[in-house]
Amino acid sequence: MEILQQLFFYVVALVAVISGLLVVTCRNPVNSAISLVMTFFCLAMFYVTLHAPFMAAIQIMVYAGAIMVLIVFVIMLLNLGSAVAVRYRHAVTGAVVASGLMLFQVLIMLKKGSVSVVRGPIDAAHVEAVGHTELIGQSLFTDFLLPFEIASILLLVAIVGAVVLAKREV
Amino acid sequence: MIVSVYHYMVLSAILFSLGTIGVLTRRNAIVVFMCIELMLNAVNLTFIALSSYLGNMDGQIFVFFIMTVAAAEAAVGLALMITFYRNRESIDVEDFSLLKL
Repeated sequence: MEILQQLFFYVVALVAVISGLLVVTCRNPVNSAISLVMTFFCLAMFYVTLHAPFMAAIQIMVYAGAIMVLIVFVIMLLNLGSAVAVRYRHAVTGAVVASGLMLFQVLIMLKKGSVSVVRGPIDAAHVEAVGHTELIGQSLFTDFLLPFEIASILLLVAIVGAVVLAKREV
Repeated sequence: MIVSVYHYMVLSAILFSLGTIGVLTRRNAIVVFMCIELMLNAVNLTFIALSSYLGNMDGQIFVFFIMTVAAAEAAVGLALMITFYRNRESIDVEDFSLLKL
C-alpha cells in the first residue's frame, strides 16, 4: 500500500514537473497554456491525496476552468504567432543560476530545519466524518469573515477595472 | 518511507523555481503571466501540504484567498495586455518601456 502511494506520488510529481518545464520552454503560448492546465490537474490530484477534496474541485473549476479559459481566449484574440523568442542568452543563464540558487537554498532549509509539530484537531478521519466543504465553510464564515467580505470587494473592483481597461474608448 | 510533507515541499520548490525561470527568461507577456500562475500554485501546494500535516484549516483558507486574488489578477492583467496590444501591436515585455527614462 505504501509502495503504491509512493509510486502514485512520484508519477504525478514527474508529470507536474515535466508539464511545468513545458510551460517555460514551449514556443507557442497555446502549448504553454495546455501544459499549465496539466500542471493544475496534477496539483488537484495532490490536494485529493492531502485530504482537501474541496480545494481540488476549486482548483479545477477556478484555475483550469475560469482562469485558463480567459488566458487561452486572450491568446486567440490577439492571434499571436510563435515569433516572440526568448531573451538574450546571458539573461537565460542568469535566470537559471538565480532560481537554481533559490532552489538549493530551499532544499538545504528543508533538510536542516524541522517543522514544529503543533497538531491541530483536524485529521483525515475528522475530514471524513464532517466533510471538507463544511469545515472550510465553518472556518470561512467565522474566523475569516472580514477577509471574505474584502475578497468580494476585490472581485468587484477587478470586474470594474477589467471592463474599464478593455473598453474601446474610455 | 511513506509520502511525507517534505516530498510535497520539495516538489513545490521545484515548481516555484521553474516559474521563476519562466518569468525571468520569457518575453511574451502572457507566458510570463502563466509562469506567475505556476508560482502561485506552487505556494498553494505548500499551504495545503502543511495544513494537512499540521491538522489546521487556516492554510486552506489562505489558498482560497490566493485563488480569489489570482482570478482578479487574471482579469485585470489580461485587460491591461489587450489595451497594450491595441496601442503597440505587441505584447513583448521588452516593449513595456513607456516609463523608462
